Amino acid sequence: MICIVRPSFRTYHELSEPDSSGVVDQIGAQRRRVADRLSYVRRVVAVMSGKGGVGKSFVTAHLARAVARVGRPVGLLDADLDGPTAARLLDARERRLTLDGDAVLPVAAAEGVKLVSMDQLLADGRALAFTGPDRDSHVWRGTLEAAALREFLADVAWGALDVLLVDLPPGLQRFQQLAELLPAPASVITVTIPTPESRDAVRRALGAAIGHGARPLGIVENMVGGAFHGDAADALAEEFGVPVLARVPFHPPDAVWTDLAARV
Amino acid sequence: MKFLCVECDRQMMFDERQLPGDGTFAAAFKCPACGRVVAMLANPMETQLVASLGVKIGGDTIGEQPFEMIRATVATAKDDALREPIREAPSRTGVRWSAEALERLSRVPAFVRGMVKRIYAEYAEERGIAEITPAVMDRARTELGLEGM
Ligand SMILES: Nc1ncnc2c1ncn2[C@@H]1O[C@H](COP(=O)(O)OP(=O)(O)OP(=O)(O)O)[C@@H](O)[C@H]1O
Ligand SMILES: [Mg+2]
Ligand SMILES: [Zn+2]
Repeated sequence: MICIVRPSFRTYHELSEPDSSGVVDQIGAQRRRVADRLSYVRRVVAVMSGKGGVGKSFVTAHLARAVARVGRPVGLLDADLDGPTAARLLDARERRLTLDGDAVLPVAAAEGVKLVSMDQLLADGRALAFTGPDRDSHVWRGTLEAAALREFLADVAWGALDVLLVDLPPGLQRFQQLAELLPAPASVITVTIPTPESRDAVRRALGAAIGHGARPLGIVENMVGGAFHGDAADALAEEFGVPVLARVPFHPPDAVWTDLAARV
Repeated sequence: MKFLCVECDRQMMFDERQLPGDGTFAAAFKCPACGRVVAMLANPMETQLVASLGVKIGGDTIGEQPFEMIRATVATAKDDALREPIREAPSRTGVRWSAEALERLSRVPAFVRGMVKRIYAEYAEERGIAEITPAVMDRARTELGLEGM
């Protein structure tokens, strides 16, 4: 039984002084901070998939290189905090992030791509682990990962970028965390391999991402012409009314990336 | 969250924040009328949850450091993962550390240890202190406002 009793003292909304813990104000300030940091970034493009191992990181890194090669300033945020691979793909594992006042400067990776990855921060060969009272709890881990992503956006001085690419891990959670932090809806490139299994997984993920405000730019079909068979890219493009941005064979020539870069 | 002094019918104001160093957190709120102080005490889980939002009870009174949460919570980070910008005049390293001070320094997360060590060393140098002891560290913390280090 719940009793609603009028207390003998004033209640929260009756106190006129501001909430001196200021939590709500601070959350607002964080959002503004992210927006400020990204105010010279023309466009944020997240690279996602419903499926692991389809080449999201491979596509993101090569796309970043190709954008940089034509002289457009580009950043890559490796949002795969648990399994960061972007630093290796961009030959930047040895580079270190630098403190600069209230900001962290990204590392200059291959072709001048600006990169921030957990790889830069973790000790060699160590997986991401957090300190804390309940280090194995999923809720706890998710909270701290969201906090790390927020700091990657709020504290990194990306400078002026034509495009900031975000390499997402498999699953939808990180995309949701990202969408919550960004001042504008995120554009997404969706990577699939040709198979029906990949098509179905990507369909679910892309549908959910759109539900969270994502603006789909198109589909990249990876690992084309090998052992994988199917028409996932065409099927998804038709269903979602978006273009197939690229069909990427194994070990593709640079021209594939140059063409893709021109469409992003 | 607000605290009300029921007797005075006045909202208590945030007074001070303390990190006792055992993962818990304390915030004191004071009645502006009668001066009574209450403390809000949070367990480590509550402390970390609030911290992970990047907010501070009592408002943002200390200067924010970039990657504050990452530095405080990533257990598998490399030492000095964040490079300090190259300084014009590198400081001398003539300051001694007592064994107790070094022991205490070793409890600072590896991530920021280099930076924290340099802050104490510069503090000592500026004041002509030859040896850094826990007492010197305490004084530096108070004077420099190094809460939680
Ligand atoms: N077109 C390609 N040609 C050759 N190798 C490729 C190609 N696409 C991906 N690979 C390789 O396949 C492996 C998996 O790719 P990648 O790591 O980019 O996938 P992912 O989708 O990012 O995986 P995860 O879900 O784990 O983040 C990597 O070793 C990558 O180098
Ligand atoms: Mg990946
Ligand atoms: Zn009172």
